[in-house]
Amino acid sequence: MSAATSPAFSFSRIFAMVMRHWYLLRSSWPRLLELIYWPLVQMLMWGFLQSFMAKQTGLLATAAGTFLAAVLLWDILFRGQLGFSFSFLEEMWSRNLANLMISPLRPIEFVLSMITMSVIRLIIGVVPVTFLAMYFFGFNFWGLGFALGAFFANLLLTSWAIGLLCAGLVLRNGLGAEGLTWSIMFLFLPLTCVYYPVATLPVWLQPISWALPPTAVFEGMRALVLENAFRADLMLWALALNIVWITLAGWGFMKLMHSSKRMGSLLSVGE
Amino acid sequence: MAPDGTASDAPLSMNVNVSPPAIEADRLTKRYGDAIAVDGISFSIAAGTVTGLLGGNGAGKTTTIGMILSLVAPTAGRVNVLGFDMARDAYRVLHRMNFESPYVDLPHRLTVRQNLSVFGRLYGVKNIAERIARLATDLDLKDFVDRASGKLSAGQKTRVALAKALINEPDILILDEPTASLDPDTADWIRGHLERYRENKNATILLASHNMGEVERLCDRVLMMKRGKIVDDDAPAKLVARYGRQNLEEVFLDIARGRGAANKETAQ
Repeated sequence: MSAATSPAFSFSRIFAMVMRHWYLLRSSWPRLLELIYWPLVQMLMWGFLQSFMAKQTGLLATAAGTFLAAVLLWDILFRGQLGFSFSFLEEMWSRNLANLMISPLRPIEFVLSMITMSVIRLIIGVVPVTFLAMYFFGFNFWGLGFALGAFFANLLLTSWAIGLLCAGLVLRNGLGAEGLTWSIMFLFLPLTCVYYPVATLPVWLQPISWALPPTAVFEGMRALVLENAFRADLMLWALALNIVWITLAGWGFMKLMHSSKRMGSLLSVGE
Repeated sequence: MAPDGTASDAPLSMNVNVSPPAIEADRLTKRYGDAIAVDGISFSIAAGTVTGLLGGNGAGKTTTIGMILSLVAPTAGRVNVLGFDMARDAYRVLHRMNFESPYVDLPHRLTVRQNLSVFGRLYGVKNIAERIARLATDLDLKDFVDRASGKLSAGQKTRVALAKALINEPDILILDEPTASLDPDTADWIRGHLERYRENKNATILLASHNMGEVERLCDRVLMMKRGKIVDDDAPAKLVARYGRQNLEEVFLDIARGRGAANKETAQ
C-alpha cells in the first residue's frame, strides 16, 4: 500500500478545479455568451437612459452622470456572486459533488477555486462591456482610476461572501435552493442604493443599508463621479464590513456543510 | 462481532491483528429523525480482501458506504479507514481511497481525458498523462478518451467511472453497484479487471451489489444487511452451505424474506 501523504494545502488542486471549469467554459459557447449578454443589455439600457437624461437640465442631468458607473459596478457585484455560485452549481448539476467531497480537495481549496473562477468569469463578461460603454456612450469606466481598484475589491469580497452562503444553502438543501442563487442579490439592489444616495431611504432603513458593504462603494462612486472626491473612509468601512461578512459566510458554509453530512444530503445531490 | 450486527464488547484496539484492518466500523449508527438507516453495526475488513455489502433496497448499504467515505456523519459510533478515524482525520486517508457509483457522475461536457486529468491532479498523481494512457489501455478507453463524457454509452461511462476510481491506484476501492445496467460481456470484463487490480495492488475492495453472481465471483466475504443491521457475515461458499442453498441469490432471498433462521437450522 502506498502511504504518501497528501499536503494540507495544494495550489495544484485549486488549479485542477479551475481547469475543470475552464474546460467547461471553453466547450460551451452558450455559457460564454451568457457571461457577456446581461452586462451588455444592462449597459445599453442604462446608457441610453443616461444619454436621454443628460439632455435635461438640473438635478436629473447630474444624477444621470452616475448611472453607467453604477450599473457597471452593480454588474461586478452581481456577476461576481453568480460566477462563484455557478461554479458550485455546475458540480451539483453534473452530480460530481460527491466525487469532489471524497477526494483530497479541501473546502478552502474548493472555495478558492470558485473565487478564481468568479474573477475569470467577471473578466470575460464585464471587461468587454466597459470598452463598449466607452465606444457607445463615451463613458470611460477605467477613468475611475485607483478608486476603481478599491470599488472592485470591495464588491468582489461581498459577492464571494454571498456566493459562499448560497453555496452552503444549496449544499444543505439541494437544488431546491438553487433559485436563491439567482435572486438573493436583488435584495441588495434597493438596500445598497445602487442608483440613488442612502439619504433617499427612510431613516429607519439607513442603518441597515450602511451595514451592507456595497452601500459604501456606491456612495463612494457617487462622490467620485459627482464631486471628484475619493472617500477613503467609505472604502475602509466597506473593507471592515467585508472582513466580518466573509468570516461569517465562511463559518456559515462550514456549518451548512457539516449539516449536509448529518442529513446525508451529499449522497442525494441533485434531488 | 456478533453475526446479527450488534456491537462486540471488545474495543477497536483489541481487534487489531498484525496489521491494522483496512476498514473498521464500531457501533456505527445513522438515524434520520425517527428512521434508523444503520443500526449500530460493527465489522472489520482485512487489507487486500474483497468484501461484498449485500442487502435489499433500504438495507443501509449506501449510508454505510457514505459514512466510510465521510460523506455522511454517523449519529453514533465510528469508522476507521487504514487506522484513521473518518470523522476527524478523513483528509489523512482520502488520497488513498476512491469510489465509483452509478449515482455519481463526471462532468458531461468534459472529455474523458480532461476529467481524468482533473481528478489526477486532485489526487496528486505523478505523470498524469502516463497514468491516463495506462488506464486507457487497461480499461479499453482509447477509442473515446477525447470524447465528451456525456456522449458515451452506459458501458463506456462505467469504464470511465472506474478509470476515475483507479486514477490514484487506491489502497481502498469502494464500489457501489459497479456493473449496474451493463451488458453481461462488459460486466464480466469489468469484474476481470477488478480481480487483476486487487491481485496486483493488494487493494482492499468493498463492493455493494445486487448481482449475486458478481459477489460470488469477486468476494472473499459477504456482509448481509437488513433494516440497518448486519444479519450475516461469512464467505459466499460458506453462506450457501450454511443456508443449504444452491447459490448466493437463494441465500439473499432467504434473508430478505425472513427465512434465514429456519433454513440455517435445517441445514445444520
